[in-house]
Amino acid sequence: MHELAICQSLMSQVERIALEHEAQSVISIVIGMGPLSGVEAQHLKNAYSIASADTLAENAKLIIEFLPLRVKCNQCGSESDALPNKLVCKQCGDWRTRLISGDELLLMSVELAQT
Amino acid sequence: MCDTCGCNITDGNKSLIKPDGKLAKTESGKEAITVLHSLLHENDHTAKHNREHFDQHKVLAINLMSSPGAGKTALLEATIQMLGDDLKIAVIEGDLETENDAERIRKQGVEAIQIATGSACHLDAHMIHQALHHLELANVDIVFIENVGNLVCPASFDLGQHLNVILLSVPEGDDKPAKYPVMFRTASLVLISKSDLLPVLDDFNPDNAKRYLRDIASTAPVFELSAKNKSGMPHWLDWISQQVRKF
Repeated sequence: MHELAICQSLMSQVERIALEHEAQSVISIVIGMGPLSGVEAQHLKNAYSIASADTLAENAKLIIEFLPLRVKCNQCGSESDALPNKLVCKQCGDWRTRLISGDELLLMSVELAQT
Repeated sequence: MCDTCGCNITDGNKSLIKPDGKLAKTESGKEAITVLHSLLHENDHTAKHNREHFDQHKVLAINLMSSPGAGKTALLEATIQMLGDDLKIAVIEGDLETENDAERIRKQGVEAIQIATGSACHLDAHMIHQALHHLELANVDIVFIENVGNLVCPASFDLGQHLNVILLSVPEGDDKPAKYPVMFRTASLVLISKSDLLPVLDDFNPDNAKRYLRDIASTAPVFELSAKNKSGMPHWLDWISQQVRKF
């Protein structure tokens, strides 16, 4: 259950941004995550309700955008969709691929209220 | 990925942040502040600082990860014994409770710092930073960081290490890379530990473990070894020496 630690880190980033912009509160937070981020969305949401208590983001909406898992083949150069434990090229079947999307765990944006 | 040059913008998320993208405007129609920082921004910042500290002292930092009981401490004991005076080692031990593992390492004549994480299921960069305040790095060649036994959470936290070595012990089964892809994708090297048990646990096929590892596009070499009967240990020690030379 490392999601709580990750959420606490998220809250301190969000609070810092809110203070920098002299905001009164946070309206929404958008997270982008891929299937290989190592984080479970539901656990993150549960942890968020604990970590956001008594912060400027107490009533903020947490929006999670799921990012696709995509690989680029180092051999044939094609790009294809993949599964977390099957990152082989769908075109030529080679395992030597590079992940181009799907391991992200990003704070993408925050919406702030000035009043 | 860093948080400054835009390399956080990937094929997966770039469509969301372009001017007419989903994230350009919020639900209430207001402009949102685009951040694009890793959620672990603070941890990653401290990890970078730790790595610079290791680099300044010309110390190679190796993060050992595995399930609980895969033999990380036993591997370190055998490694220290067999390396002798060739390379100077120090160890940072992570466990939820007890000094047991650090005491085992100290019995080998090596400095060991124990981090008791309490309820935390992983080490993070801040814990390593604290431990480094108590570790004398002069004359040390390698710091082994023995992470908390766990194939899930430690994968998410950069500690400032240079290399990740993951142990997969024979009793665990050969399909662990398929079950825990996030962890095994981080591996610089995978060690199939407790290889002395292969004759009795013959449903573990090292070739299957390698195949599952290639399925997650990992190029990590795979060695079989036993800290108990020392088979395969020279191969591992050669790898360590190579990494120190390359570093």
